[in-house]
Amino acid sequence: MNRSIITGQRLVAVFLLGCLLFNYPLIALFNKPGKLFEVPLLYLFIFGAWALVIGLMTLIIERRKD
Amino acid sequence: MLQGWVIASVSFTYLGVLFAIAYFGDKRSDAGRSIIANPTIFALSLAVYCTTWTFYGSVGRAASTGIGFLPIYLGPTLMAGLWWFVMLKIIRISKANRITSIADFISSRYGKSQLLGGLVTVIAVIGIIPYISLQLKAVSNSFTILLHYPEIVMPAKAGAVPLLHDSALYIAMILAAFTILFGTRHLDATERHEGMVAAIAFESVVKLLAFLAVGIYVTFGIYNGFGDIFGRAELVPKLKALMTMTDSGASYGSWWSLTFLSMLSIMFLPRQFQITVVENVNERHLARAIWLFPLYLILINIFVLPITVGGLMHFPDGSVDADTFVLTLPMAERQEVLTLFVFIGGLSAATGMVIVETIALSTMVCNDLVMPVLLRWKRLHLQEEQDLSGLLLTIRRLAIAAILLLGYIYFRAAGEAYALVGIGLISFAAVAQFAPAIFGGIYWKEGTRAGAIAGLTAGFLVWIYTLLLPSFAKSGWLSLDFISEGLFGVALLKPQQLFGLTGLDEITHSLFWSMLANIGCYVTVSLRKRPDLVEASQATLFVDVFRHTEGSARSRFWRGSAKVQDLLPLIGRFLGPDRARGAFLAYARQRGVDSAEQLEADADLVHYAETLLAGAIGGASARVMVASVVKEEPPGIDEVMNILDEASQVRAYSRQLEQKSRELEAATAELRAANAQLKELDRMKDDFMSTVTHELRTPLTSIRSFSEILLEDPKINLADRKKFLAIIVKETERLTRLINQVLDMAKIESGNAEWHTADIDLHEIIEESLAATSTLFADKRIQLVREFAENVPMVKADHDRLIQVMLNLLSNAVKFCEADRGRVIVRLSVEGSHAVRVDVEDNGAGIAEEDQHTIFEKFRQVGDTLTAKPQGTGLGLPISRRIVEHFGGRLWVTSSLGKGATFSFTLPMNMGGGKRQEERREI
Repeated sequence: MNRSIITGQRLVAVFLLGCLLFNYPLIALFNKPGKLFEVPLLYLFIFGAWALVIGLMTLIIERRKD
Repeated sequence: MLQGWVIASVSFTYLGVLFAIAYFGDKRSDAGRSIIANPTIFALSLAVYCTTWTFYGSVGRAASTGIGFLPIYLGPTLMAGLWWFVMLKIIRISKANRITSIADFISSRYGKSQLLGGLVTVIAVIGIIPYISLQLKAVSNSFTILLHYPEIVMPAKAGAVPLLHDSALYIAMILAAFTILFGTRHLDATERHEGMVAAIAFESVVKLLAFLAVGIYVTFGIYNGFGDIFGRAELVPKLKALMTMTDSGASYGSWWSLTFLSMLSIMFLPRQFQITVVENVNERHLARAIWLFPLYLILINIFVLPITVGGLMHFPDGSVDADTFVLTLPMAERQEVLTLFVFIGGLSAATGMVIVETIALSTMVCNDLVMPVLLRWKRLHLQEEQDLSGLLLTIRRLAIAAILLLGYIYFRAAGEAYALVGIGLISFAAVAQFAPAIFGGIYWKEGTRAGAIAGLTAGFLVWIYTLLLPSFAKSGWLSLDFISEGLFGVALLKPQQLFGLTGLDEITHSLFWSMLANIGCYVTVSLRKRPDLVEASQATLFVDVFRHTEGSARSRFWRGSAKVQDLLPLIGRFLGPDRARGAFLAYARQRGVDSAEQLEADADLVHYAETLLAGAIGGASARVMVASVVKEEPPGIDEVMNILDEASQVRAYSRQLEQKSRELEAATAELRAANAQLKELDRMKDDFMSTVTHELRTPLTSIRSFSEILLEDPKINLADRKKFLAIIVKETERLTRLINQVLDMAKIESGNAEWHTADIDLHEIIEESLAATSTLFADKRIQLVREFAENVPMVKADHDRLIQVMLNLLSNAVKFCEADRGRVIVRLSVEGSHAVRVDVEDNGAGIAEEDQHTIFEKFRQVGDTLTAKPQGTGLGLPISRRIVEHFGGRLWVTSSLGKGATFSFTLPMNMGGGKRQEERREI
């Protein structure tokens, strides 16, 4: 039970991280014309952050021990 | 060439496959070997979230707002992070209470209120039907476009086609038939449709593959990868603008409000609730969905922007609607198979949404709208019916047909109008109204039925006023003046600038006002009155679900009397007599009873019957029905108090327990310490006893042996006799001294010693002691040096005790000095301004550093006690130290081996003692 509450709390932390990444002001930092790896910067940032959030969730869920 | 019959036959084949999967799923489920009892299938079925609005609409949205299509999918990703707590709780509650829909959930939470269930149903139906229309439109449009292959012709306005030639009508009819086949094959007590879920999961795979296929084809087939597409887009100013957001507070605000809105939608859209909660086989499946579902979302979104940009570059004149790019791009390139695959993908997106949404809505309409009315309206008539399960199924089927018919009518009426195009977000905003009642319902016990009704009503009305009516006006069904001038021309009432609030987009604007009204009313009205008994007991069941589902009986919430003969037929009327008997029999066996008739109609059975019934007709109606055959007794005031205070009591108990255990731990620690101290004392006492007896035995032995010699040998000469007697006397004295000292020590330690405190002149003490020990000095011819300071003040102490200390120190000094060469210095001085100091310095063997502590312990003597005869009792120094400390002073030794030792003590000065001294001298 404790273990699963820890898992939940880790997921909430990822939720908060996501709220931070997908929100003003961080998103404004990348809201500029210009490209990185031939992909528009903002597009790359959002998909990168998105993939990061999903990756963290996967780690947390699949490596839990309960 | 794609001809109508090809498209139709492929479509029907696809639907046939779906039905086969569903049929197979149901068969396996009946056989008890579920194919959907798998977390991956569960996660895939959640992707029913992605409708044609995603499949075709994302590109359309991206063409006008750039990345503005993304918040719809970022929100669910974020929300998945909270599912571990929130969704798990909702699933657990729903399983424990056999919740069959979101309306059932809300009405059950707030005291099984039929009014609330009906209200939620109305909101859901009004909010969702246009969304269903959107699916019909998308399928019908894609079908029409496909028919003209290879020419790209935008479909005519929906209303322009004669009714009987309108493909959307046939699509609606086919879907209705399909949904009825899927969703109402039988009346399941838990309202789960395993076959349908399997089909939905399959559809999710199909639409994802179709979208990825067209995305990969556009990106890498038509263009040369992401770099190429974005590189070319940069050259077109209109496209370049799509790569960034407008850099303003409003655009970030609407970005976030859309994210927030979609966070709520993923929980409360009826189809999501149906799939996530009602169809959930095992709550553990939720774990994988938390990451797999967001992964699905990111995959289906990767190619949206490339397709958008590619389409805009491919059809630069704007003749082709961006909503159709997914289909028209492969068409323009003459990719027949891919085009057909895309069409099937769109079809799967539409059918998945329509099937699940319609089943969810029909359950709500049947259980929370029609049944309550029928049960009230024609109660007597229904009472005569022996089997109502057929009626229930008929109602469901009619509801499904009616919902799809309504969807089609709305589609015909709205057509290309704004009211249809913008409906996705408008629907989201409608279901977001459920959020306060549900979140409040599962975490806040004080939320009441009145509060929920007020909140939902207020939020819903604001939603109608600020979103639905303006969308009607923009479609030309209402005068546009309503938007531009405000209701009755009052500027403050402009529906999209309510109370003069400007600078927000219409969704954000409506979300703000409706949530304000909703939450405000919910909280305020809830706080006005305490929940009544039923509300309070339901609130406890919902909020504390994890406690209640983990083993405790719920019967305490109900008192009453019922008869099995009444309950069984009642359940039988709704579930069918055989199913009801089967369920009762299963329950009876579980209880170790042979037949249903032998069951005791206790509270648990009544509860079991009620949940069985709730699965079929919803919680609120089930309650009414069960109440009609059960004589319910109102619980006593004590029980009410118990229910209300249970949580706080438990919390208080657990706090008390924690505190008790902390106290216990502290007490244990204290006890352990005390025990250790006792053991140490015990050991010390044992040591003390053995040392004392040892010390006593030595003189006793010599006394006894000399006495025996004297007794046994009468012829002993006088000189020897005298010598022996002298030894006996000396040993007796030593014995006496030892006993005195032991007693002395004991007295001091127990605090029983007598102290005669007076002003003492240390001069006199030292001289007296020296006089007493002069023979010792003389015997060993030890030189004595006096170094006395002048005018040493008096101290407050016991005269005899100080003499005892001095005698001890002096005799020690003499003892350890060598005869003839020994020298003892006695010093008297003033230390600092508060103390008088006495030193006794010898030039004897000295004391090793490590022994300097032990000599102050009882019976510790330095030196090899085995070979050398002990030269004292071993109590002198400990007693001396205690005496000095008693008067507030200090006794210590400074020494090193071979260089003699200096024993020093200080005593605090007696302030003003000098005068006394003078007085005394005068006397």
